[in-house]
Amino acid sequence: MDKIITAEQAAAMVEGGDRTVMIAGFGTTGTPNHILKSLADLGTNDLSIIAGDFGQNNRGFRQGIALLVGNGQVSRAQISFTGVNPEAAAKAAAGEIDVTFIPLGTLVERIRCGGYGIGGFYTRTGVGTLVAEGKESKVIDGVEYLLEKPLRADVGLVKAYKADKFGNAVFRYTARGYNEFIAMACDNTILEVEELVEVGDIQPDEVQLPGIFVNHIVVGKEAVL
Amino acid sequence: MSNAREIIARNIAPMLKDGDIVNLGVGMPTMVGNYVDPDMELYFHAENGTIGAGVVLSGEMFESPEILLQWEEDHSGFKTDYHEGHKDLANAGSEYITLLDGASCFDVCRSFAIARGGHLDVTVLGALQVDQEGSLANWMVPGKRVNGMGGAMDILSGAKKAIIAMEHCTKDGKPKLLRKCTMPYTAINCVDTVVTEKCIIDIEDGHFTVRALYPGVTREEIEATVEGELVFADEMKVMAV
Repeated sequence: MDKIITAEQAAAMVEGGDRTVMIAGFGTTGTPNHILKSLADLGTNDLSIIAGDFGQNNRGFRQGIALLVGNGQVSRAQISFTGVNPEAAAKAAAGEIDVTFIPLGTLVERIRCGGYGIGGFYTRTGVGTLVAEGKESKVIDGVEYLLEKPLRADVGLVKAYKADKFGNAVFRYTARGYNEFIAMACDNTILEVEELVEVGDIQPDEVQLPGIFVNHIVVGKEAVL
Repeated sequence: MSNAREIIARNIAPMLKDGDIVNLGVGMPTMVGNYVDPDMELYFHAENGTIGAGVVLSGEMFESPEILLQWEEDHSGFKTDYHEGHKDLANAGSEYITLLDGASCFDVCRSFAIARGGHLDVTVLGALQVDQEGSLANWMVPGKRVNGMGGAMDILSGAKKAIIAMEHCTKDGKPKLLRKCTMPYTAINCVDTVVTEKCIIDIEDGHFTVRALYPGVTREEIEATVEGELVFADEMKVMAV
């Protein structure tokens, strides 16, 4: 099965409206920048995104999700923090993006549940805050918890340092992020890598994201704005 | 003469104990790292997936997008390692960092399991308001600013000790230590200590206990700038300058 596609082909798989796209990355690291650049160029509008933050635009240029935000392509976002993107914070405050803020630990655990087939989890995070509104709460052994439900998406855009052609992937340092959980929680996962190697070139016990969770692979070697 | 942020960071540093696993929030809390005793063994946790952060890298690579992209190219793949910095190695504030020998990296689910699961000894976070119940607000100013909570709610739900680094009053001189927060909570009943440039306050049984004062700051000044129930400790300490 040939999984290799171009960044443009990957971008064309992302739809707006009632479809959702989950995007990996933590601030400036671990973001599938080539796919996002192509998605910005393609101009698909009315996107519903699920991500940790809005990318970065505080270094004199926009990168990652910030490109989509800058173009006004994002209509809805389930996100944890505006991060190093003041422009997104302003758009969120102005109501230009319909933002639902989710505590980051809860967000990634909801994604993990989405991929793991778990119906949710109870957490102390958010008890007594706006996050608790409308959620079931339960006292377990004298401690109050909130029920948080699993989260899945139609398309997942993830990023690794290296993968083989089957999609078995390895990450470096903090760029591991929650890529492996997004990959499991999406119907169509597209993996961007800097380096593509042959099947067999990565030792089985080095694999951090098994290739069975990867539908397509985009190779993006050079750094991209 | 130190500025308020330096005073706060310097006075929090001695509260960290040898062997502590510590999470420092973005901004002023990160500065605490500059003042810790270098002989002390501390393990800095960053919620984006590491324990054992070294130093924050700064310098010319941020001067222009072109230089930054070149730096990232030169610090990608296996060209460099954690001692000198890498484009895939940052802290939770998106700053490039180094790691110390003995550091570890992990996925973000595990990183929050470390926080939520009670494996963090101390967290130091900033706040907009703290109240006498030990509840704090730091993620949105209704009608003005919404930054999101990031990992703060998760970290506060599990850290054994929460220290708040916060300037004593708002820019227009209003109290931030309150009877009850007026902004949306980040977490409730979790703050142990608040350090401002004027005083060190513990939260105890629903009131503020002033433990230390900055040289020259009077009790009357604290009483005038803190709303809520205030107690002065019998043995008042003096903050480091």
